Amino acid sequence: MKGSRLRAALTPYLLILPGGLWLAIFFVVPMIVMLSLSLQSGNIVDGFAFTWNWRNYLDGIANHHDQMIRSIGYGLAATVITIVVGFPVAYWIAFRGGRRKNMYLLLLLMPFLVSFVLRTISWQFFLADDGVLLGPLKRIGLLPEDFHILATGTAVVLGLAYNFLPFMVLPIYVALERIDPRILEAAADLYANRVQTFLRVVLPLSLPGVFAGVLMTFVPACSDYVNASILGGASNTMIGNVIQNQYLVTQDYPVAAALSFTLMAVLLIGIFAYARALGSEEVLEVTAR
Amino acid sequence: MNTLERAAAGPRKNAPRRRRPGRRGAFFRGRLLHIWTWLVIAWLFLPIAVMILFGFNDTRGRYNQTWQGFTLRWYGELFAISDLTVALVNSLLIALLTMLIAGVLGTLIGLALGRYRFRGSGLMKLVMFAAISCAEIIMGASLLSMFVTLAVPLGFWTIVISHVMFSVSFVAVTVRARVMVVDRSIEEAARDLGASSWETFRLVTFPMIFPGVLAGSLLAFALSIDDFVITNFVSGGTVTFPLWIYGATRVGIPPQVNVMGTLIFAVGVLIAVLNAFGGRRGGT
Repeated sequence: MKGSRLRAALTPYLLILPGGLWLAIFFVVPMIVMLSLSLQSGNIVDGFAFTWNWRNYLDGIANHHDQMIRSIGYGLAATVITIVVGFPVAYWIAFRGGRRKNMYLLLLLMPFLVSFVLRTISWQFFLADDGVLLGPLKRIGLLPEDFHILATGTAVVLGLAYNFLPFMVLPIYVALERIDPRILEAAADLYANRVQTFLRVVLPLSLPGVFAGVLMTFVPACSDYVNASILGGASNTMIGNVIQNQYLVTQDYPVAAALSFTLMAVLLIGIFAYARALGSEEVLEVTAR
Repeated sequence: MNTLERAAAGPRKNAPRRRRPGRRGAFFRGRLLHIWTWLVIAWLFLPIAVMILFGFNDTRGRYNQTWQGFTLRWYGELFAISDLTVALVNSLLIALLTMLIAGVLGTLIGLALGRYRFRGSGLMKLVMFAAISCAEIIMGASLLSMFVTLAVPLGFWTIVISHVMFSVSFVAVTVRARVMVVDRSIEEAARDLGASSWETFRLVTFPMIFPGVLAGSLLAFALSIDDFVITNFVSGGTVTFPLWIYGATRVGIPPQVNVMGTLIFAVGVLIAVLNAFGGRRGGT
């Protein structure tokens, strides 16, 4: 009897052991290694040594603060666009989708069965200077010959918004779907008009979804470099491009690691500031639960 | 339950119907939102349509930019570019291995979190939440930092390791959502009727949570085959499908890429539709 109780107590630990170890070794430990690497000095030829080299952070920020600020700006712009574009869609599907809700969700997700890189390249192709869209418009004289969309910040932001839209729509949809229709009826019975109902009932109840959506859109958008390198030009590089280049091309690992940590810190501070601004540990709890 | 689980659980059943909007203004607003939804869907599908269309383009060489006429040639010469084929095979193999490993590990975690209350479950959830919301570039950079520090040779297996790492939490979350809605009294009935705990699991529990396991594993496959950022960091000399395409942007994307993208898309759509259809039949 005692043995079986012990076994019952151990079962959940045995169940999480393999996956937990995998996450510990390949997610948690690498973070610690990267933290250590960011404080090392040396070069790829002579090797690196741990020296509490805080200069990596100062150098990284001094040399790349333009890209850092641009990344945050692009990430914010893309996130705002996904909210503006995605909220009405989530609202319509949740409240008016009827029996076709699943079909609409499927339609929203379907394009994402095509590889992220391939979708972005397809946009590059579509928006090319003499491509499918701009070519004919230029030929009939609607646009000047030197008009271009590619290699601009607009192209990068639109690419980001496109690629991360479902991460915004789905959580908002889930939050709206959970709203009990009786609450809306109660609001109407209490003489709230539709605008008031939306602003004072629907919107507050959708905030946890918006928060989750922002988390899942802003973080990947800020740290992306695929859109910037395919749709952007030399003046649109983001911090991701710098980190990628430092790791894989110049192999200046300590500065690259320091930049990665700086980016992570900026994102975490941004998220917590946003959570506080929404006035809620509650919101964090809802998403984390 | 977090958002992912709720999304996986699908819309609530038996939700009372909303009152139909009676007034004209409300009618038009509903209409506008409907049109908006379809416009957004059109926006999402636009690059896919372009990709599919130019897989049929009778282009010369690799410069597949202007429409030259319809051809099925690229479907016939799908595997004519050998290193592209190798990349696709690599991607499929990696995705399959990821699906199997992350599927098993994630199912075990999902079972533990959905079924048992135990010390440390909060920590496990926190780590999973961090892994799900962590920026990909940070995960890629930290993995490369570790592999470089320990002088681990980069290649096929470092890619598999990384893919399992970032997809296992998604599987766990999906399975947990399923475990939590399963009726435990059925298991108790099985035990009362004399089934051993292994028999109960094999014959009762597992079939009941299988939809969650399947959905989670397919999600792991999809995440793996699509991944670019982390793979780019840990791939060494091994090339996957997204890496090959990315590398080819400077020299031109051959139409075979469009065809492969189209075929992967078609298979994905087929699975998704079958899943939705099967799910509806199972639900009623």
